[in-house]
Amino acid sequence: MTTTHSNDGELRIGVFVCDCGLNIAGTVDCAAVAAHAATLPDVVCVVRNKYTCADPGQNEIKNAVREQRLNRVVVASCTPRQHEPTFRQCVLGAGLNPYLMEMANLREHCSWVHPGDREGATRKAKDLVASAVARARFLQPQEELAVPVTKRVLVIGGGVTGIEAALQLADAGHKVTLVEKQASIGGIMAQLDKNYPTMDCSI
Amino acid sequence: MVRPDEFQMGLSSRKAIYIQFPQAVPCSYILNMDDCLGNNPIACGKCADACDKRAINYDDRDQIITREVGAVVVAIGLDVYDPTELDEYGYTRFENVISSMEFERLICAGGPTGGHFVRPSDQERPTRIGFIQCVGSRNPKVGRPYCSNICCMNTIKDTLLLADHYPDVANVVFYQDIRAVGKSFEDMFQRSKEAGTRYVRGLPGEIEEDPETRNLVVTVENTTSGKLERHELEMVVLSVGVQPAKDMSRIASMLTLSRTSDGFFMESHPKLKPVDAPTRGVFLAGFCESPKDIKDSVCQAGAAASRAGALLNAGQITIEAITSRVDEVACTRCGVCAKVCPYGAIVWKKGEVASVVEAACAGCGSCSASCQFGAITMRHFTDEQILAQVHAVLAEDPQDKVFAFACNWCSYAGGDMAGISRMTYPASNRVVRTMCSARVSEEMVLEAFRCGAPVVLVSGCHFADCHYINANRQTVQRVHKLWDKLEKAGVRPERLQLEWISAAEGQKFAKVMRQLEELRGTVTRDEIEHAREALKAKPGKRPGVRAAEPVVEAPAAQT
Ligand SMILES: Cc1cc2nc3c(=O)[nH]c(=O)nc-3n(C[C@H](O)[C@H](O)[C@H](O)COP(=O)(O)OP(=O)(O)OC[C@H]3O[C@@H](n4cnc5c(N)ncnc54)[C@H](O)[C@@H]3O)c2cc1C
Ligand code: SF4
Repeated sequence: MTTTHSNDGELRIGVFVCDCGLNIAGTVDCAAVAAHAATLPDVVCVVRNKYTCADPGQNEIKNAVREQRLNRVVVASCTPRQHEPTFRQCVLGAGLNPYLMEMANLREHCSWVHPGDREGATRKAKDLVASAVARARFLQPQEELAVPVTKRVLVIGGGVTGIEAALQLADAGHKVTLVEKQASIGGIMAQLDKNYPTMDCSI
Repeated sequence: MVRPDEFQMGLSSRKAIYIQFPQAVPCSYILNMDDCLGNNPIACGKCADACDKRAINYDDRDQIITREVGAVVVAIGLDVYDPTELDEYGYTRFENVISSMEFERLICAGGPTGGHFVRPSDQERPTRIGFIQCVGSRNPKVGRPYCSNICCMNTIKDTLLLADHYPDVANVVFYQDIRAVGKSFEDMFQRSKEAGTRYVRGLPGEIEEDPETRNLVVTVENTTSGKLERHELEMVVLSVGVQPAKDMSRIASMLTLSRTSDGFFMESHPKLKPVDAPTRGVFLAGFCESPKDIKDSVCQAGAAASRAGALLNAGQITIEAITSRVDEVACTRCGVCAKVCPYGAIVWKKGEVASVVEAACAGCGSCSASCQFGAITMRHFTDEQILAQVHAVLAEDPQDKVFAFACNWCSYAGGDMAGISRMTYPASNRVVRTMCSARVSEEMVLEAFRCGAPVVLVSGCHFADCHYINANRQTVQRVHKLWDKLEKAGVRPERLQLEWISAAEGQKFAKVMRQLEELRGTVTRDEIEHAREALKAKPGKRPGVRAAEPVVEAPAAQT
């Protein structure tokens, strides 16, 4: 992880407001949110995207980071639980430490749950962006710790699912431990006579 | 010693030493010590006498085997629904009412009757057989509103098997919908009808038995014709569904998995991460993820194996840089942090400065929230960062807002689930995410009230689901302390709420937000002003809370 841009002594935050097609823009007034973002402390650039996660959207972030010497990025789009890895990777591609990117969840936590309330949703979206910008001002670059993965898989349950997973892993050359609580593997399928749709024997 | 044979659904018996079924793997005898009379020559000891190879070991005991693994595939399946509780169908009272699982054993060549299909009361072969669908499924009354997915097709299969073995059999199936969605399924359904099976739309209300013939009289409203029908049948098969397995809650808390409201294991994302559990390195497959047939189970097994394999092949994983650090100067050597850490990741000896073992720290933030001296920084979720969010959100019109802290894994994800499912609630809430509810310090909550929040919510995972072993017990303690504090300061304690919302509970998230909005409506301006004053910070109490300004510097070199 390389860190550039972050040590020039001045906060330069870019805010990227995503329409997500109509997913967000259908309910939230994204233009008003972008205008509000521009008034927040240390925000030097605000960009609206139709789809921020798509290549053109990501390229806009990268270009802005380089051209506007951004050292913090706020993406106001969907839940961080979905696209945080995407946008961390994106800012890393522009030479920024991934931990200097923050997200505001305008979709799952806002537009999708307040469809009948454009005004309320827009007011909330402005606050969520303000909250993300406030947090972004205090973000610091971080380095991740790498740890080795133990080369063995535990499969719990020896029904048809567990047996199949264990065999496939073993075929791929991995060490597998299969744990079954009954005296025999087989699960429910072992107790069945014939199986649909082929009407052949279970075991 | 003679016991009911569990594998044969109790339809035949076994000894205390037995092979479960001829194709068992491993195919060796098991000695069931719950049934065995023991190695006492007076009591028994017959198997030891009979075994030339001297393979019987009465003293064999369970052993604990420890294995270190890099990935786990959870495939613990589901339990078959036990219809005993649904007494209207007389499962426990009438011998000729059986479950579909018992049907499997009765028609199987390896079953107790050698595959000769006979009814239990008189060992005669029945010719008029009824099937009742959705037994224990799609029935909110027994707490199982979901469709079990496999029972319609299983019944269609059974009718074809019967027609194939005994052309004189007349089957009738009572159903509410036939769910035959899958490759070649509709074709099987049509074949079943062509073979003479009658399908009657409507579920029977009750079954009666003719005490003489032991036949069963089924009364049903045919919802297609609107007529009441009476069917005299020689045997009735209850097409039972499936239910969460007994071990699910234990496995869930061991691996910090979430469960849906129906009780199945919850995946990371219903479309994009269908076999990843929220806990990294754990994958879900088969029945335990949701009811499904063998083909879908096998597909999912392959998906889980490939996800686990990819992790192993990568050889290493990076751990998010969300771990705590001790400020050696500020540390007063009190050791509170070491006591609250669920992972034992903080090294502390009496009289010494605490230090963090980074590889062991999982990043819940309990230590940081518990330190009274601001001596622990939780990287990427610092006091300054979170307090800046509190201030930003409540800067304008705080009286209109419900302020909520939500943990990343459960309650924030529950909010996401509400969004994905388009469950609406009032737009007054403002959520700030922390990794664990235990990260939320007293000061953060108090600061929200000082900023004029009418209502503050602290929310996290249900106890058994906490992603940081049991860190959320710290949350409870802290909230209880805060309730006392609020009460003493003359602030209504219910203005601070504590809720457990799992990742699957979108509905609950929406409901809580609606309730909190109602509560907010009851908080007066005077109350808000009083709390602002009464909870004012005492100067110099906690250095971590000073109104900080961001520092923009290169980070100190890290190792
Ligand atoms: C009556 C009935 C008829 C069916 N007919 C058909 C059919 O004709 N065709 C079809 O495609 N599908 C059919 N199915 C569905 C089929 O049975 C399932 O798809 C299949 O069994 C799922 O396999 P599984 O391995 O996920 O679960 P299971 O078969 O339930 O296996 C789970 C295994 O995990 C073990 N286990 C549980 N807890 C633990 C623990 N804590 N530690 C270790 N091991 C544990 C269990 O002992 C069991 O061996 C039918 C199901 C039922 C109930
Ligand atoms: S599969 Fe058929 S019988 Fe089973 S619960 Fe669903 S609708 Fe009812």
